[in-house]
Amino acid sequence: MQRALHIDPGKCTGCLQCEMACSYENEGLFNPAKSRIKVFTFHHEGRFAPYTCTQCADAWCQKACPVDAIQIDRNTGAKVIVEARCVGCKVCTIACPFGTVNYNTASGKVIKCDLCGGDPACAKACPTAAITYIDADWTGLDKMRAYAEQSLAGTA
Amino acid sequence: MQYLIIGAGPAGVNAAEALRRLDPDASVRIVGDEPEPPYSRMAIPYLLMERVDEHGTHLREQADHFADRGIIVTQGRVASIDPAAHQVTLHDGSRLGYDRLLIATGSSPASPPIPGIDGPNVSSCWTLADARAIAARAVSGSKVALIGAGFIGSIILEALAMRGVQLSVIEQGERMVPRMMGPQAGGLLQRWCESHGVAVHTGVSVEAIEAKGVRLAGGRFVEADLVITATGVRPNLGLLEGSGVKVEQGVLIDRHFRTNVADIYAAGDVAQGLDFCTGSYAVHAIQPTATDHGYLAAVNMSGRVAEYEGSVNMNVLDTLGLLSCSFGRWEGVDGGEHAELYSPDDYRYLSLQFEGDRLIGANAVGLFQHVGVLRGLIQRRTALGEWKDRLMRDPTRLMEAYMATTQVI
Repeated sequence: MQRALHIDPGKCTGCLQCEMACSYENEGLFNPAKSRIKVFTFHHEGRFAPYTCTQCADAWCQKACPVDAIQIDRNTGAKVIVEARCVGCKVCTIACPFGTVNYNTASGKVIKCDLCGGDPACAKACPTAAITYIDADWTGLDKMRAYAEQSLAGTA
Repeated sequence: MQYLIIGAGPAGVNAAEALRRLDPDASVRIVGDEPEPPYSRMAIPYLLMERVDEHGTHLREQADHFADRGIIVTQGRVASIDPAAHQVTLHDGSRLGYDRLLIATGSSPASPPIPGIDGPNVSSCWTLADARAIAARAVSGSKVALIGAGFIGSIILEALAMRGVQLSVIEQGERMVPRMMGPQAGGLLQRWCESHGVAVHTGVSVEAIEAKGVRLAGGRFVEADLVITATGVRPNLGLLEGSGVKVEQGVLIDRHFRTNVADIYAAGDVAQGLDFCTGSYAVHAIQPTATDHGYLAAVNMSGRVAEYEGSVNMNVLDTLGLLSCSFGRWEGVDGGEHAELYSPDDYRYLSLQFEGDRLIGANAVGLFQHVGVLRGLIQRRTALGEWKDRLMRDPTRLMEAYMATTQVI
């Protein structure tokens, strides 16, 4: 069964543990600016919302990559940046309509969520279960993907 | 079923792969005219920066990628198309038949009528062969003049500067990237490049290219051992002469990628397809359009029906560490509204263009996190509601606006 990150903004307290964990897991340092998951603050509503890649079935970033540097992790279904192939052209950063692929100036390559190979650090670090890693069927992922594909590609 | 694809760039390759998935028993053949495996022109600047080798420019990593999928890739240049016979003729006189044909021939550098442009010291930067020639001559300390600071010129600019050459750039428009960004953003790019040691001449045309450099209108002379031209590209349409396929700026295609001639489709740089933002038909010679076109053309060629919503023109640029991007109708529309942040001291600029409460275009300089949502908001025609007023006051709250209007928060 494929699993996916499920985010419940209602449970998020804005503690940023997920950003710290992500940055440490992927970059070896506690720097939220290098996190692949980002918590946004809604002052008016008094809400917080973690946000990251949903690993689209038919991924815009992957299709747009000119050098085959975004490949699928067969175990998790995650779309993964192959660092050795990424030239740093950034086309994926404008092609992803969800804004979840970002350029890392330090490495000269792009970064995105890769589900930590199947054991996402953000979900483990979240103290309130606002981020969980569960069966994809329960996340509403398919609906989101279908919506994205329909509204962007054309109606098949 | 025999599918024939002319052109081995991103549109052709994406189409071939999709056709193979959609029609497993069909014959799928790509004919490309360069003596290389299918590769990405977009990767050439990074080859010149020596971040990747030639293998790193290939569209697909594995050498046997196409053979493994039963996709035939052959080298040849198509001279003409005979729609009545469902055949194409190659320059060597051989013929290939097709049931459905995709024109994905891309574009080539335009060569403006400048005296001396055919000289031995002048090169474009378009093919791997060009890149090899430039790499041999644009060595540290050499003097290089780059004619054209549009999008492609500005990408090449970075590659050349990083090779350690003494670089001068000449752009006849009033600013850098005049068809991608407005005066403030273009001005930031110019000042940044100048502060990084690149001589930038804008608002001036080239009178002649001579053996020792470039003579500008008004008499100034820019010394150069090597002159590189990046003065725009033109669709490769020559093979369509006599075919009856209708052409304007590019091959005219409908929302199903069909030309006016039965069983002939077109995709990518060569195609003049629906522009999502304007509703008119335009050539968008960019990578994301090429791959979207290639995939959706294949869906239609396979007998399924997919109606294209149109392409959003967009570009992302890195000029020596200053990142910028443009989306859609960045220049705005009559009756629309405009939110702007301009912070020249720290090289930051953000411009959002609205029509009613919908985002229709944007430019950003020095802000590069989550920029993809600009595409998302434009292409979903998201009604921003109260978030539009918030963005008018503070355009940097883009991500919050995006999440509040498209996600459950």
